[in-house]
Amino acid sequence: QTLTHGPTTPAKTPSTSRSVRTQDFSDRRGNKSTPIQTSRSAKAQQHRGRRRSGGFGGCASGRQTGPRGAVSEEGVRWDGGGRRSRGVGRIEPVSPPTQVQLNFNNLEDFPPVGAAQSPPVATKPSRRINPTPVSAERPNSKPKSCFISTPLSLPASPPALPESAGAKLTAGSPHSLQEERELLRKERSKLAQQTSSPLKTTPVICTPTKTVHRQGSKVTPDPQSPCPDPNKVTQKSELDLLAELYCTCISENLVPCVFLELFFVLQLLTSHGVSVSESGEEAITYLGNVHNCVYFSVRVLENQFELVSHLDKCTLRLLSENERVGTFSSSLKDHLAQAQENCTAKVSIIPFQPATDNRSNFSSDRAFHTFKKQRDVFYGFLREWEDSHKEPGWDFEAALGSRVRMMVSQLTAAGSHSHFARLFQKQLIQMCKGPCVLGSSSDAPDADLLGMLGADSLGRLKRLQQRLVQPQGLIGPCPPPSFPGHQEFFKCFLQTASCCQLNQHLKDGLCQQLLKLDEVSILGPDASPARGEETGDGDMEQQVRRFSSVLLTARLLAKFLGFISFLPYQTSELPSRDIQDTAITLRSKSSPVLDVCAVLRSSVHRRRTILTVPWIVEFLSMLDHIGPLLPFYRTALCLLLQIYKRMLLGRGGELCYMNQLLMVAVLGWLFQIPIFPEDLFFSTDPKEEVKELENITSSQGLDTLPLVDQQLLYTCCPYLGEFRKLLAAFVAGSTSKSGGLIRKITPTSAELRGPSTSRSQQKLQVDLEQAFFHNQPPSLRRTVEFVAERVGSNCVKHIKATLVLELVKGGEKTLRDSLGLEGVNTAKLNDSICAQLCDAGMQALETATRFCSENAPGAVRVLLPLETSPSVLTTAESITTRLATEKACSWLSANITTLLKREWKSAFGRVMKSVPSSVRLSAGSSCVSDCTHKVPLGSEVMIEIKEVLSVAVGPRSEEEAYTVHQIESLLDRVGQTLGCRKVIGTPSTDYLFLIRQLIERGLLGEEEVGTNWPKLSALSWPEVIASYI
Amino acid sequence: MDRVRDSSASVAGEAVELVRVCRAEYRAIGRLTERLRPTRQSIRTLQTQFPHLPPSTLLSIFSQEYQKRMKRSMVRHHAPDVVKEYYQRYRSEAKTRPAAPLLLELANQVDLSPALLARLIVECFLEERQASVAASRHVLNNMLREPYLIPDLLLAKHVEQCTVNDCCYGPLVDCIKHAIGLEHEDLLRDKLRERNLSFLDENQLRSKGYDKTPDIILEVPIAVDGHIVHWIESKASFGDDHSHHTYLNEQFWSYCNRFGPGLVIYWYGFISELDCQRDRGILLRDGFPSDIVTLCQGPARSRV
Repeated sequence: QTLTHGPTTPAKTPSTSRSVRTQDFSDRRGNKSTPIQTSRSAKAQQHRGRRRSGGFGGCASGRQTGPRGAVSEEGVRWDGGGRRSRGVGRIEPVSPPTQVQLNFNNLEDFPPVGAAQSPPVATKPSRRINPTPVSAERPNSKPKSCFISTPLSLPASPPALPESAGAKLTAGSPHSLQEERELLRKERSKLAQQTSSPLKTTPVICTPTKTVHRQGSKVTPDPQSPCPDPNKVTQKSELDLLAELYCTCISENLVPCVFLELFFVLQLLTSHGVSVSESGEEAITYLGNVHNCVYFSVRVLENQFELVSHLDKCTLRLLSENERVGTFSSSLKDHLAQAQENCTAKVSIIPFQPATDNRSNFSSDRAFHTFKKQRDVFYGFLREWEDSHKEPGWDFEAALGSRVRMMVSQLTAAGSHSHFARLFQKQLIQMCKGPCVLGSSSDAPDADLLGMLGADSLGRLKRLQQRLVQPQGLIGPCPPPSFPGHQEFFKCFLQTASCCQLNQHLKDGLCQQLLKLDEVSILGPDASPARGEETGDGDMEQQVRRFSSVLLTARLLAKFLGFISFLPYQTSELPSRDIQDTAITLRSKSSPVLDVCAVLRSSVHRRRTILTVPWIVEFLSMLDHIGPLLPFYRTALCLLLQIYKRMLLGRGGELCYMNQLLMVAVLGWLFQIPIFPEDLFFSTDPKEEVKELENITSSQGLDTLPLVDQQLLYTCCPYLGEFRKLLAAFVAGSTSKSGGLIRKITPTSAELRGPSTSRSQQKLQVDLEQAFFHNQPPSLRRTVEFVAERVGSNCVKHIKATLVLELVKGGEKTLRDSLGLEGVNTAKLNDSICAQLCDAGMQALETATRFCSENAPGAVRVLLPLETSPSVLTTAESITTRLATEKACSWLSANITTLLKREWKSAFGRVMKSVPSSVRLSAGSSCVSDCTHKVPLGSEVMIEIKEVLSVAVGPRSEEEAYTVHQIESLLDRVGQTLGCRKVIGTPSTDYLFLIRQLIERGLLGEEEVGTNWPKLSALSWPEVIASYI
Repeated sequence: MDRVRDSSASVAGEAVELVRVCRAEYRAIGRLTERLRPTRQSIRTLQTQFPHLPPSTLLSIFSQEYQKRMKRSMVRHHAPDVVKEYYQRYRSEAKTRPAAPLLLELANQVDLSPALLARLIVECFLEERQASVAASRHVLNNMLREPYLIPDLLLAKHVEQCTVNDCCYGPLVDCIKHAIGLEHEDLLRDKLRERNLSFLDENQLRSKGYDKTPDIILEVPIAVDGHIVHWIESKASFGDDHSHHTYLNEQFWSYCNRFGPGLVIYWYGFISELDCQRDRGILLRDGFPSDIVTLCQGPARSRV
């Protein structure tokens, strides 16, 4: 038991004793025994009678976070125990009595990471706010907390100081309870003043501090909180040594999840010294006070700067603005600031494609027509789900269950599972491929927002939305796998349908598609690698985008393949040992759905791990409890571990850093999610595997290309955003006194202004373009995109070769001429010529526009089928032209100046040394001559005839009668109508029928018909009449 | 007496009137039609009550409401004993006062469409004459269309009185409706050609093997009121709740599921509240839209 007090490091290194590991292991499995409790009971025995401080109110809530990392209304508490809750420091006894210490068992400061699934601790925590006075001697005589004491209530303690009061107290400030209350009162009145609204004054803790309270009291602005001071750091040399050791563990991938360690370091950085060790405490702690913690953290950050510098801009900003970083290492702060600058960072449906969807693709008429219905039914479900799944109490099974099963059973009857599986898979990719905001499920409003704001503001708005919508609560860097957004619909659908035929077809389809994606070829830059991105002309950019799309699709499909494959074996709890063994024996016999080991090995050999590993990770994250114990998957996980251990950041030779970072991140995540068998990490390496992994056959592969950018990294690993949240929460709490870095968001409703119409026009054009491709065969889009990409690229090359060259030559001439003149300032001359060149360079955009409009249409025309309709062709041509122009112009406007400057610099040095869619207008049918087509509509005339008839037949009133003139006028109009082919179109027999009625009523003599409309004879009158007689 | 409208009022291709009917107004019209018989007089009553609405819209609403009414009472009128009773009543009345509009009167009394009653009576008449053979549909339809094919001339006269005076049912009404439908599809195609919008029509689509086909599919989509339009369906009727929901389930959603968002034109207007699926891809209009945005040709908008 005392092991938990021992010198463990946060890193789970192989040196950690086995018993601790198993204990932690069981914790994650949801057992009730947690290290916290263990340490608590141990404490209770060792230091009987020591009073508990209540630490920081950490025990204020034992609320369990949701099973999928959902955030409870109190915010996230890391109850339930986890790795991080082990004591970290405390190695030697004796610490200065007044030392401000950290309580690593304080769940507020050091919430256990990855513990989201654990059930609440047995102790029912209290949440009282009301302070009750305790014995007066206490505050001065004895410190209220010791480092190791648990914030959870000690049964042995006499009446405890209430948590919230304790939270306000810090060791160094021996306030009496009276003073405390005074403080609270002041805080309260301050808050009351801040909120002008009288309604808001009632609760003590009101809205402005809400986010703060999510984090617990640790971030509450506390004037008494000790300011970390580099001069107060004790045991510097030991800390340096520890930091170095720790960093080595991180650098050598000796920790199961690099980002988990980084998270811990940031937790240290943002910790608040609260606990105070009792005088006579027998253990000294290296990280026992906030000064030491921050010192250690900053040392590690300095050491791991390269890793840190690859985080997103916002995290870097928060870090560089963190006052503690500044105080402890101004050079780190500067580096961070620099790194920050370098940092760059509706239901759409599956169209009917005759080629795959028409009758000839079905075995029978019946199957074709059944599928016709299924398609509509499926979209009906999707719409219903979108409408109502967020309503409280809505349940997929209850609302759609029986209908889903009925639909699936009809599929079975008709045998059209494969068709539906294909539709399902395509729809899944279409709706879920894009980045999904973790924990949020609405990616739908984009269209409207884009219309309102324009494309550039959309990104900003999305981030804003994320901040507003997303709970600020931390979910830690290793949340369990989830199905965000629309993925949930597809998951629920499969669960509800529970149709083995459908699942089999889907598995087939997913496997095939995955392996196809895994083989996708992505080309490196064609030029020599020495010149880097400049030679790329944006080619590389294109490849990066393509890779990102492929990777995201593969990850999505792999997740669903895993989901379907392991669905039959899912159990809510880890089965008992006996059942495990039986299941392992049983399941080892059948072959797995996908040979992940072979795919992995091949990807290593061919250096394609950057594509393969991330999707394999998604697939394996869906494993059931037994899955990882099967020899097959165990081997796969071992392989991944080997890959991880060898993926040393920044030391991969040709491997790109961001590529490595992505792999380290996804692998680290996999190793931390609940299904991963922890013992695996410490098992000895099977030597053959290692050997095999070294057998790289390919000299070049995806792994050596810079394919991962920060956006892709954060899309694949949304949990990396947790760093930002942690730092932001710290800012919210601690620096409000220094002006406050927290950015308050005041929502105001924007008025639609003039420019928005042009923006919405732009957006509409983009939509129209997408819509155009939608119902065309996919090859059209590929062709257009390909041609646009090539023409754009060629255009840039052409301009470089011609325009730039000419300009620079002209510049050289000017320079030579000017140098001959007297009193020339060469520096000034250089600058002015350079400026001239840059101005002239802007004409490149015009040239590019011309180049693209001349070359793009022809290229597309040649590549599209000859049978393409003219309007489709014209549209495709103009889109291609536009895309190519955009591509070329955007590259040129961003780079032409740099390019010219560079070319000019070397030249200077040298000199000193020496469409409308066409329409297929129908020819128009033959009317009588001079026909203007402005004749009465047939239906109108017919209605009139009918009315005349009804009056004629009666019964009628006295006033109802027609004059001869009226009848003649009607007949004249009938004549006009009949004379115009265009108007009467097909139903001419109907008129003749009515006219016949008129004749029969005796209202017309047949001779009259003959005289009034000689044109009638031109019609097929006799035969029509004949048909009536 | 100017029942025959001036010729200039109805010319093909004329700009379509704006028909805004909210649900409340629609209900008011519905209530009024509850007591009306399908005669020309009823239409005139409606026109005086709702002078701001086009007569064609009113007729369409009335016709649809009346059809719903008839469907509800169908079972009642079609019971064999009831039919027999109607026939007997007609027979006995025909003996006493043959000149009176007997069938029309009977139809009014029992609140059944005159044309439908005529059909029932002719059916009975045929059954009576050739008791063994059930009257073929074809013969029956021809007799309603051409009453003088009925051997009993008196019955023929009464039948004709029914079909000519019924403005909701009967062969003449079917003719007119058919013509109206075709005219509007034609009008739609004209408008599209006028705007140089190239399209595929139903027949072309069927030949390609599409399983469900709207009237028009645009080869290059357009935008109306900010909404993308891939297909257009022309409906020469008024869009009320019942018909719209039927169409949605049988046609519009299917088009949406295959071709993406589209436009439905209810030429005689629609209940304005029904236009609520725009974001889901079904836009309603009561005429050919004038605010069409097309995909710009050429790189004119290249620099965003």
